[in-house]
Amino acid sequence: MSEQAVQAPALDRIDDYPTQVIAGLSVRMGRPMPFGATRVPGGVNFSVYSNRASAMTLVLFRLGEQEPFAELPFPPEFRIGGVFAMTVFGLDVEAFEYGYRAAGPATPEVGDRFNPERVLSDPYARMIGGRAEWAVQPDYFNPYVYRSRLPLEDFDWEGDRPLRTPLRDMVIYEVHVRGFTRHPSSGVDAPGTYAGLLQKIPYLVELGVNCVELMPVFEFDECENVGVDPTTGRRLLNYWGYSTVGFFAPKASYAATGRYGMQVDELKNLVKHLHRAGIEVVLDVVFNHTAEGNELGPTISFRGLDNRTYYMLTPEGYYYNFSGAGNTVNCNDPVVRGFVLDCLRYWAADFHIDGFRFDLAAILDRAPDGTPLANPPLVESLAHDPVLRDCTLIAEAWDAGGLYQVGRFPGYFRWSEWNGRYRDVLRRHLKGDLDTVGELATRLVGSPDLYGARGPGASVNFVTAHDGFTLRDLFSYDGKHNEANGEGNRDGDDNNNSWNCGVEGPTDQPDVLALRARQQRNALLLLLCSSGVPMLLAGDEVGRSQHGNNNAYCQDAADNWFDWSLVERNAHLLRFVRAAIALRRVHPVLRRREHPTGRQDRGFFPDVSWHGVRAWQPDWSGGSRLLAMMFYDRPDGGDPAGGDDDCVYLVTNAHWEGHPVELPALPPGLAWHRAADTAAPAPADAYWPGSEPLLEDQRALPVAPRSTVVLVARPPQPEIS
Amino acid sequence: MAFQARMYTDSETATVTIRLVGDLDSGSAGRLNELIAEASREPVRRLVLLMDRLSYLSSAGLRCLVYAHQKLGPGTDIVLVGTRAEVADTIRLTGLDHSVIMQDPADV
Repeated sequence: MSEQAVQAPALDRIDDYPTQVIAGLSVRMGRPMPFGATRVPGGVNFSVYSNRASAMTLVLFRLGEQEPFAELPFPPEFRIGGVFAMTVFGLDVEAFEYGYRAAGPATPEVGDRFNPERVLSDPYARMIGGRAEWAVQPDYFNPYVYRSRLPLEDFDWEGDRPLRTPLRDMVIYEVHVRGFTRHPSSGVDAPGTYAGLLQKIPYLVELGVNCVELMPVFEFDECENVGVDPTTGRRLLNYWGYSTVGFFAPKASYAATGRYGMQVDELKNLVKHLHRAGIEVVLDVVFNHTAEGNELGPTISFRGLDNRTYYMLTPEGYYYNFSGAGNTVNCNDPVVRGFVLDCLRYWAADFHIDGFRFDLAAILDRAPDGTPLANPPLVESLAHDPVLRDCTLIAEAWDAGGLYQVGRFPGYFRWSEWNGRYRDVLRRHLKGDLDTVGELATRLVGSPDLYGARGPGASVNFVTAHDGFTLRDLFSYDGKHNEANGEGNRDGDDNNNSWNCGVEGPTDQPDVLALRARQQRNALLLLLCSSGVPMLLAGDEVGRSQHGNNNAYCQDAADNWFDWSLVERNAHLLRFVRAAIALRRVHPVLRRREHPTGRQDRGFFPDVSWHGVRAWQPDWSGGSRLLAMMFYDRPDGGDPAGGDDDCVYLVTNAHWEGHPVELPALPPGLAWHRAADTAAPAPADAYWPGSEPLLEDQRALPVAPRSTVVLVARPPQPEIS
Repeated sequence: MAFQARMYTDSETATVTIRLVGDLDSGSAGRLNELIAEASREPVRRLVLLMDRLSYLSSAGLRCLVYAHQKLGPGTDIVLVGTRAEVADTIRLTGLDHSVIMQDPADV
């Protein structure tokens, strides 16, 4: 019986044949799941949701043609519940684009905005046609601008699988795909593309990061920005891309092969090679709003398919604007929740994406009327989804509607957060503000006040991100300089906690330049020695500047791209960052799974201890600007013969005067070695692990003004690795 | 231009050569896949695709390379001869070059 079963030929479905002809094409009733366009034997299955539409028409175009070659109304029997489904036979997958016309009530006052004159993109479109060339403005008078396409999805992953890097071991590097290699100095074959980024993988490996967080790569329309730089007359764009047009579609113009419809392959190839290099890929995803804007914006897809389902609407039918971008996606509607889950599952399963960072994620917590929910269904579903189980989930835990949830985002023991409070206190401390050391201490150990039950991995620590100043500008400008954005310098955050070190902007004063460079090293060293998950903004490791612009979302220009000549010009800083990342990598005590307790459970010292100018006597007063901490662990439990104590001492002095500090006495067999000193001239500012020089005076350490020093304890015999 | 594909097998060297003429796209890729499947019934050390007379190669055509690589296995060299420059670029940028060897006709 079983042998017969094995030998019998596989039975294909016997109902895969057309039942009728519509508009000259053979069709049959489709399958409602999965949503979107799917290749099936002999044809393509189309399935689209609209609860409120009275009728739906499938519109088919030849590639790039303005007029459709066929319009196929869905017969009533092809509708199941709120889903229209039809299989069309004989379509050449490479040669057509498709969209929908949805008919229904046009009563905006109750939220319905159907308009069958418009051809609508499929929310599940896996490619968007017509956007293969960056900054080539589409014809907005074309009745169908963002054209749904179906990719061929064969890809040879060659056994690639998720890296599953533990959160505590991660060093995230935030990258703009285009900006990373678009500059002529990048030297790559295809500047500004996925393929270009692939060629820079050796740089990332040498830097030591093991996760890239890609700013939006879902299809967007950079030309939606109609502004002009008043200082140069240059056309402004939506360069960052936080305005999604196609949630399932990789940005075609980020692919050198986008003109051949191969963007899916090119991005997958990038992911495969990053994985081979030990680097995970996190996508910055924007589910809080869409490119359709408010009632004055373009109708692209959701508005015309089912406005009331997809958007949060006021009782009068207008759009709530918790995103600051005109509309707010109705994330906790059950249908929209399913859409978001389907989307992320697709990226995780088909593109092998390792995690997601959710832009303005507090919106994911809001009920359809905007009220914050204690137990938001979408956030919970994402936390427990079986396909996403191994994916990193990171929330930007605030929104533009005033909901600030850092430390309070419903994490379900799965979510991490961008720790905005870490950023703020680190900046305030470094510029010398009072009343910072108490909170700074809490942030350096992974913010247990915010993430006590969740561990340090819940805290993504950062000093800079795409949104705001670069690190160099943080210490070069007191205020933002966004005039080039064309909004009279009104855009961008005013609360930067920045300090120009004495001169606003460019200067040739050596003392100012030296202090700025030291402050950058201070920030980077503190970040890379903090418990939690450090995130670097691409370019900060080589002193990239945006010339004081803290909101460079629209600046697609050489002076905003990663200038690769900085790698040589600021080689000292790059070497410093590499050494600091290596320091983190070789000292597990800096990458703890759990928050330290301050107790001495094993070995010679507590797992964390606090110090000041005198050892064991931290100054927690509001006037203090100096803090020292010692991380310690002894994995062998204290066996005197074990000798594998892991002990790192860090002192940060934000005072404009130097101070000698008394060092904690080490047990016999160990001695303090200098790993980094931000006040020392390069190359003495950082040492590669194993090559740290022995500290001459084991009892006292002079700490220069506005500097940070890291010592490591190890046997006094140098161990060069 | 209509697609044509002719296959020659050299049993002594376990080399299969397929000459491709015309447009290789989603309409014709199935024909090439059939030939590759036919070739795979015998051990193949080397699959040579003569591409210099291809007038058009679409992404569906490129996917035949993925199919060949998976059908024939890692022990078979897949050699593309006479690939046009823009096709060679696309193959390289999408990572397909790891599965194939590209040669000029003069090197064959």
